[in-house]
Amino acid sequence: MTWESVIGIEVHIELSTSSKMFCGCAVEFGAEPNTNICPVCLGLPGALPVPNRKAIEWIMAIGLALNCEVSERSVFHRKNYFYADLPKGYQISQFDIPVCHDGYLDVTVDGETRRIEIERAHMEEDTGKSTHVGDGGRIHAAESTLLDFNRSGVPLVEVVSRPDIRSAAEARAYAQDLRAVVAELGASDVRLEEGSVRFDANVSIRPEGAEGLGTKVEVKNMNSFRSLERAVEYEIERQISVVEAGGELTQETRHWDEEAGVTHSMRIKEGSSDYRYFTEPDLAPMVMSASWVDEVRVGLPELPAERKARYSNEGLDSDLAGVLSSSPVEVRDIFEAATAAGADHRRAANWLVGEVTAWLRRTETDPAKLPLGGEQLAELVEIVDEGVVSSSAAKVVLEGVLQGEGSPREVAEARDLVQISDMSAIEEIVAKVLADNPEAVDSYAAGEEKVVGFLVGQVMTASRGKADPKLVSELLRKKLSS
Amino acid sequence: MTLHELTIAEAGERLRAREVSSSDLLEAALDRASRTEAQLHAYLTIDREGAREAARKADADLADGIDHGPLHGVPVALKDNMCTRGVETTASSQILAGYIPPYDATVTRKLKEAGAVIVGKTNLDEFAMGSSTENSAYGTSYNPWDIGRVPGGSSGGSAAAVAIGSAFAALGSDTGGSIRQPASLTGVVGMKPTYGTVSRYGLIAFASSLDQIGPLSRSVQDAALMLEAIWGHDPLDATSYSGSYPNPSAALDDGVSGLKVGVVKELAGEGYEPAVETAVSAMVDKLSDAGAAVVEVSLPTFDIALSAYYLIAPAEASANLARFDGVRYGHRGEGATTEKLMARTRAEGFGPEVTRRVLLGTYALSAGYYDAFYGQAQKVRSAIQEDFSRAYGSVDVLVSPTSPTVAFEAGARVDDPLAMYLSDICTIPSNLAGHPAISIPIGLDEQILPIGFQVMAPALGETVMFQVAATVESLAGFTERPVLEELAS
Ligand SMILES: [Zn+2]
Repeated sequence: MTWESVIGIEVHIELSTSSKMFCGCAVEFGAEPNTNICPVCLGLPGALPVPNRKAIEWIMAIGLALNCEVSERSVFHRKNYFYADLPKGYQISQFDIPVCHDGYLDVTVDGETRRIEIERAHMEEDTGKSTHVGDGGRIHAAESTLLDFNRSGVPLVEVVSRPDIRSAAEARAYAQDLRAVVAELGASDVRLEEGSVRFDANVSIRPEGAEGLGTKVEVKNMNSFRSLERAVEYEIERQISVVEAGGELTQETRHWDEEAGVTHSMRIKEGSSDYRYFTEPDLAPMVMSASWVDEVRVGLPELPAERKARYSNEGLDSDLAGVLSSSPVEVRDIFEAATAAGADHRRAANWLVGEVTAWLRRTETDPAKLPLGGEQLAELVEIVDEGVVSSSAAKVVLEGVLQGEGSPREVAEARDLVQISDMSAIEEIVAKVLADNPEAVDSYAAGEEKVVGFLVGQVMTASRGKADPKLVSELLRKKLSS
Repeated sequence: MTLHELTIAEAGERLRAREVSSSDLLEAALDRASRTEAQLHAYLTIDREGAREAARKADADLADGIDHGPLHGVPVALKDNMCTRGVETTASSQILAGYIPPYDATVTRKLKEAGAVIVGKTNLDEFAMGSSTENSAYGTSYNPWDIGRVPGGSSGGSAAAVAIGSAFAALGSDTGGSIRQPASLTGVVGMKPTYGTVSRYGLIAFASSLDQIGPLSRSVQDAALMLEAIWGHDPLDATSYSGSYPNPSAALDDGVSGLKVGVVKELAGEGYEPAVETAVSAMVDKLSDAGAAVVEVSLPTFDIALSAYYLIAPAEASANLARFDGVRYGHRGEGATTEKLMARTRAEGFGPEVTRRVLLGTYALSAGYYDAFYGQAQKVRSAIQEDFSRAYGSVDVLVSPTSPTVAFEAGARVDDPLAMYLSDICTIPSNLAGHPAISIPIGLDEQILPIGFQVMAPALGETVMFQVAATVESLAGFTERPVLEELAS
């Protein structure tokens, strides 16, 4: 039998607001434990939550960027459960009226684009962080648990997709594209390794073509796109082999073990926990007026998908458009400025995703400190076009520009890289090289054509790379044949 | 008249005339406490040092010409479910034994800013769950009119302190009648403001959508002065009202001529003591004589208010009390795992009534029961609000007894939760609607026990409510004070 996998993904995004969701404490990664805390986020008796307006604007922006509708009125609920790092014994979350609902994200894998529907995006608060001490940090065997409440109350947006994803690769692409959207908005640090973006996958399988849904397994603990893809892949295979061996799947939560490359049961039966949701009486319903939604919509930046489409229209092929589109904003700004200054789009883009990006990586330079202006890039493209420098010399020119030696033309002059355009000067060098290499001339006469390459090299060396090699080659053949 | 019997208004006059100092007032209250606490147990904590320092400061300020207003230098008490920075706050629960808040509740801060002197923290039913103050983990409070009887609850300590004079006024919290019922049972004024007008920040929550802080005092005017000091928009409470506020002191002398007063038909009859009914109808007649148009009004949903309340309040409480898990503060039970530690902490820390309500509330919110219980109760709540709006279409205020009975004997209802719950039958509707209501003492029964009269008003109707309450007060001419066999200081 052929199996189809049915995957839904829940993405938790920690917003990078300056303060927490319901109190004034700073949101700061890596601070000393329990330093960004107050009566509210510690759940002290009598403390009350006050919603962070900026966080609500961020979730609206995320929802709009994911083509969601924003609810006119949205309600906070209490999600009740006991856990040591949950200070109030409930998490303020949302239940039946989320801030955003019914959106989508178009995802492309191997050239095929599919629309993944988004059920909802809701607002909630993060919990504190438990660190289990002793016996490998595993909760069941831990001797003690350390609690850090710095993260308690950090605003969290949960984006829930519909079970529209059909492969592990698609799951990865969805997660990556979603992260790129959030990064573009600036709504979050989107650092996977720091947990500012976390995903859970709901995986089930069904016979190809079947309508209903199979037994759903929630897979947790993936902290990179690669581990998301591997975990989903593994889980699909596991489910197929269980079913094909005549076994039955359990609706449960499974933990991804990155090292072992397997998922194992957390022995929590999904659906057995009753969170006893009810309306949070400490908070009034949120009202998202049409004018507020418009304000947020107007402030949205160009999103990666929109930008990629625009680049394609401007003549970049799909790959180049994709790579440039996901390049740092500083790099893209240079592209915009260079093309505005008249540079050819494709050449400017090639420079940026090629040499410039390589230089950034090699020198470990922050893109924000990239010492290249759009005008300079346009000039670099121009001097190559005009034949002022060869394309290989142009790379050296760029290096000089990036080292602050001046404009491309200035660098080309200063580093003596300008191609010799004076025919008589080249003829002089050619004549000298021929005079110095009589054996080569003889070989050519004897029919050894490939000796031309050697002679071109000699001329280039003599001209210190400034002669146009094509011109030199033509000239040599002419002289040798005469 | 001795110092401890003065109203805030009277004490203020003498303070400003330099006839007495704030320290004098405080010493009078402290002296009164030391003579009566052994019998009444109104206080859990008396902060003598802190209060004396605050009184000295109030006197120094006044000498320097700095006057913080009507409460300047006046000794007041706070129910022990309001956070006081540096002063133990337990909500009468074992689970918070020794808990010292690092911050002041907004009402605490406002009282301090108004120059009031905080004498101490008063006893209550654990987490304000009860109607007799017998559910305190630290022992029952008793009624100054008869120390064999309860002072009502849950703000029984505040009521007893104000009645006996160990505080000039006090704050209580009212979730289903917890200010008004004890005020009624101890012969003082007790008032629950419109929901959202007094910040709940720093009030240890019982049922967030119903809880409201308000004053207990020896006069209607004092209640207005206290209210005006503590209310107002608070950015720390997201349910705080931010519009314009009524003016409780504005119309105290305006009488009731031309006002329409509705007598609630459902709050009478079976279960109401004859003495209470007689006193209440006599007051209704007096209001009529004073020029009010009196009509009987029916609010049929009042009959189901109690059952709705006993689903909503415990449901919210079950979540509000989840934070008491032994992890961060308060009592911690022994346990090898986090779950066991939490379970033991809560089993040891909560008393039987709190446990009962947490279980009831947890059940009411559970999957499969939610619609039948909590969902249904919320519908009843809406229906009560509609009933009220209909009534206020034709009357300015509604009146009723505050409590169906006078103070009952200690122990009488401890084993009968339902009988205890009925104590709040007259007060609960205003909480469910979020409306203001006030209890004014109007007389004594033949056992020399006070009877309270309740005036209810629509949301933000405090101005007219105080107007009627002040008239009731003057028509009643109630000046009796409890006589307690005092112990030597
Ligand atoms: Zn905080």
